[in-house]
Amino acid sequence: MDNILKLKYDVDGDDFTRAGEASASVKKTLKKMGVPADIIRKAAIALYEGEINMVIHADGGEIEVDISSNKIIMILKDKGKGIENIELAMQEGYSTAPDEVRSLGFGAGMGLPNMKKYSDEMRIESTLNIGTTVYMTVCIS
Amino acid sequence: MTAIELAKQAGFDIKVEGNGDKRTISGIYCGDLLSMVMGRAKADDAWITVMGNINSVAVGVLADVTCIILAEEITMNEQALQKAADEGVCIIHSHLPTFETAKKIAELAAL
Ligand SMILES: Nc1ncnc2c1ncn2[C@@H]1O[C@H](COP(=O)(O)OP(=O)(O)OP(=O)(O)O)[C@@H](O)[C@H]1O
Ligand SMILES: [Mg+2]
Repeated sequence: MDNILKLKYDVDGDDFTRAGEASASVKKTLKKMGVPADIIRKAAIALYEGEINMVIHADGGEIEVDISSNKIIMILKDKGKGIENIELAMQEGYSTAPDEVRSLGFGAGMGLPNMKKYSDEMRIESTLNIGTTVYMTVCIS
Repeated sequence: MTAIELAKQAGFDIKVEGNGDKRTISGIYCGDLLSMVMGRAKADDAWITVMGNINSVAVGVLADVTCIILAEEITMNEQALQKAADEGVCIIHSHLPTFETAKKIAELAAL
């Protein structure tokens, strides 16, 4: 049967310089496992976008990554302000990012579209003022 | 052509060598919005930008670009340079504006 490797990360809500630790760690793990480079690239970018969103738009959160031989499942859970209109948030160019993060290069409104583009399956559950959970699956092979 | 060969021929300043002597450039991507870069740059591109912070290094790693070239005489900050060295990302400073930087690379690498 399939061995599932479970990885867990806490994402700090206000540390920009550390944001990306989960995706960097997952990337290293997948590389060690011999997963093809293009699959690693997809998973790592999708996870980084989600991680950064948790830092910018929520107050951090938790990430769980389950790796099996044929897929990578990534679950990002936060207790932030939630997304009022998911369809709108998914549109390219839609962003509520504050000016101080725009000056760092964020706020193109391309994060969620990238997560959709690079994952094979994506689902968002969000409740205003309760939080957001993003589920993404990237297939291997 | 490797990133290091290219920087030398172009007269650009190599700030961090990283893997730049092993990786070759197969395209160019210009842009400063990080999600745009992650969505549109291709692996093995030379990425030309004016964003010189630590997040650009993270994006360079994720997008798997050959090197990050800071154009317009913009310099990358120390913290970012340190991260680039740790991650093996080649960082180059160009004295030219973005378009001229890209044009020069395209000519030298025959893209
Ligand atoms: N975890 C989250 N909690 C609350 N709101 C979110 C969350 N993730 C995304 N959003 C909302 O959805 C919008 C679009 O997100 P998206 O990642 O596409 O763009 P962005 O983060 O604003 O900019 P970019 O990702 O291009 O740097 C955000 O501006 C924000 O309003
Ligand atoms: Mg985003």
